[in-house]
Amino acid sequence: MTTYLIRGGRPYGEDVADVLVRDGVVAAIGPDAAAGADEAVVVDADGCVVLPGLVDLHTHLREPGREDAETIETGTRAAALGGFTAVHAMANTSPVADTAGVVEQVWRIGRDSGWVDVHPVGAVSVGLAGEHLAELGAMADSAAHVRVFSDDGKCVHDPVLMRRALEYVKAFDGVIAQHSQDPRLTEGSQMHEGEISAQLGLAGWPSVAEEAIIARDVLLADHVGSRLHVCHLSTAGSVEIIRWAKARGIDVTAEATPHHLGLTDDLVRGYDPVFKVNPPLRTAADVEAVRAGVADGTIDIVATDHAPHTVEDKDCEWAAAAFGMTGLETALPVVQLTLVDTGRLSWRDVARTMSEAPARIGRVTDQGRPVAVGEPANLLVWDPRSTRVVDPTAQATMSTNSPFRGRELPGHTVATFLRGRPTVLDGRLVPAPTSHLQEEES
Amino acid sequence: MKHLLSTADLSRDEAVLILDTAAQMAATQERAIKKLPTLRGRTVVNLFYEDSTRTRISFETAAKRLSADVINFSAKGSSVSKGESLKDTALTLQAMGADAVVIRHPASGAPHTLATSGWTQGAVLNAGDGTHQHPTQALLDAYTMRRHLVGESGIADVAGRDLAGLRVAIVGDVLHSRVARSNVDLLHTLGAEVTLVAPPTLLPVGIAPWPCRVSYDLDAVVTDERPDAIMMLRVQRERMSNAGGGFFPSAVEYTRRYGLDARRMARLPEHAIVMHPGPMNRGLEISATAADSPRAVIVEQVANGVAVRMAALYLLLAQETPGSTLQEDAR
Repeated sequence: MTTYLIRGGRPYGEDVADVLVRDGVVAAIGPDAAAGADEAVVVDADGCVVLPGLVDLHTHLREPGREDAETIETGTRAAALGGFTAVHAMANTSPVADTAGVVEQVWRIGRDSGWVDVHPVGAVSVGLAGEHLAELGAMADSAAHVRVFSDDGKCVHDPVLMRRALEYVKAFDGVIAQHSQDPRLTEGSQMHEGEISAQLGLAGWPSVAEEAIIARDVLLADHVGSRLHVCHLSTAGSVEIIRWAKARGIDVTAEATPHHLGLTDDLVRGYDPVFKVNPPLRTAADVEAVRAGVADGTIDIVATDHAPHTVEDKDCEWAAAAFGMTGLETALPVVQLTLVDTGRLSWRDVARTMSEAPARIGRVTDQGRPVAVGEPANLLVWDPRSTRVVDPTAQATMSTNSPFRGRELPGHTVATFLRGRPTVLDGRLVPAPTSHLQEEES
Repeated sequence: MKHLLSTADLSRDEAVLILDTAAQMAATQERAIKKLPTLRGRTVVNLFYEDSTRTRISFETAAKRLSADVINFSAKGSSVSKGESLKDTALTLQAMGADAVVIRHPASGAPHTLATSGWTQGAVLNAGDGTHQHPTQALLDAYTMRRHLVGESGIADVAGRDLAGLRVAIVGDVLHSRVARSNVDLLHTLGAEVTLVAPPTLLPVGIAPWPCRVSYDLDAVVTDERPDAIMMLRVQRERMSNAGGGFFPSAVEYTRRYGLDARRMARLPEHAIVMHPGPMNRGLEISATAADSPRAVIVEQVANGVAVRMAALYLLLAQETPGSTLQEDAR
């Protein structure tokens, strides 16, 4: 295996220290690194930040079922370019990832693609129908080692089913990642309910539909002593509820998406479905509250909710369009723009919110590790000084529904290492010399 | 003015110009031969994704009176229900050389999407989109109010005038009403004072910035504000979700609290006019007594709709054609 010397970078954006990557691990840091770097390939990281590889807890890879929007191969390429070394693939595929068979298939294809570690998320209920528990134990025991369970896209609305799920996954240290949306309060909803929806005549998605479910779920989690993860929270009220729950000692973690950190509902005024997402873009006050929640640790992680859609699902009238936005390749730029460059997060905080905490929540033990000698070399070399105009057609994701299209965003991935192998070098994807498939066939 | 998508886009002068032009159009319609050559050789497509006999016929009549070729395209089922997509339909119409597309669509914003997507080069006239806007309805309402309530109820002496100082009550299902949204924007622009009256369940959250007052009490508005015009909105049962058991307890209770009956009619100012965009639910939001009273201008609203739509088509299409002016054509 080739040895790499990441030269001149700043781990966690702090002091300059070279990093030597050999045999899949961080072999040396600082002066020792250059000393042991004979015949190493040098990665010029001058001015760059060196972080643990990012871990996304919320990715829609669309395979199986919607390979016209994304495949595991294209989605994980996008992830590697975005600086990720692991993603959690959401369960709302077709067929739904509600059996050991489907999660193992996703896991295997991810492993064979080789760009990032793919950790399948298992469905909570059979077919996401919200009626019966899926075989959570079988998925946990499968080769995919599922620990995160979610009906994402749909809310586990039935309070009894939610209670049972929270209780059941304790047997294997699982977590329920809830898509908090009261279905009755959001029938036919199209955008955030407020002044702009009133004017545009679009059916509203009220904040209370999210907050009421989060409030119920933290109380349920408290009652049964379980671990709850709140997906993509989007309102100021939700941040307050999580803050309250944590103060009470409830075992809850929360996530925000880059688009809820960066975009507001007045973008809907042009009826461009690229801004249609669930939960919807909220008000400026909500965006500020979510940013503050990430900054003070109330919100534990930033996750992409990368949701690719085909052109035909977005190139239409608003009501006919699908909900969702791509995000893997713009996540860290948006976090840098909204939280780092504004002084609200340090790069060490970025490592915590986008790598360490999501790995811990997902019980992924070999990711989100410190940049330290002996640790697995899952690393991101990030150049925060550059700016780029987002061009969805130039991205690795198969879909073009980026709400940041045409915007100038800071930073780019110089290199991503997955267990010592570069998946991205000089900002470009590096195919594996030999894939698992070839190895197995030979 | 390239498109007519929302009354919020109209300045006071643009709105008055449309009303003045409509008055000139109406004058030509009193002749034995009603047809003007103004839009000869131009093609107007009526693209209707919702059933609407009255609005379609009104636009069709307006276009034909201006000598345009009219194509009626009744698209049963939009892309929402997996028919041909709006995009493909629009590209088809563009290929056929549509100069204007009059679109009625159940999705709010569909006309905006059509006008800004590049799918068609023609002018887009919004003939009602979802629960968003219905600009020609508001314009014909304003035209009707101006005829009856401004100046000496003549045509010539109101030219150039707006609706400054008029008090208008709009009553009923504001939440689902594109007519209400268009009227609030336009009437405000024209200087009228608008009060929306509805049960709280039929008012949108986020209504605070609208340039109007809001009341839950029809009797108080009738008595205290003494409106010059009262517009009863259709209770749009077809747009209403049944979640939570509906938006009001019963039709009888709705009528009791928000219906225009003989008792409330009697308490309106003597000169006040009664309006309704149609089709009416007689006995629900409006009683037969009110609908058929001499103060009801509901049938006249329909007639004025043709003149206003002629004006809108003329202003969007004819002015691109050099040498064609309304004055010449109307001679």
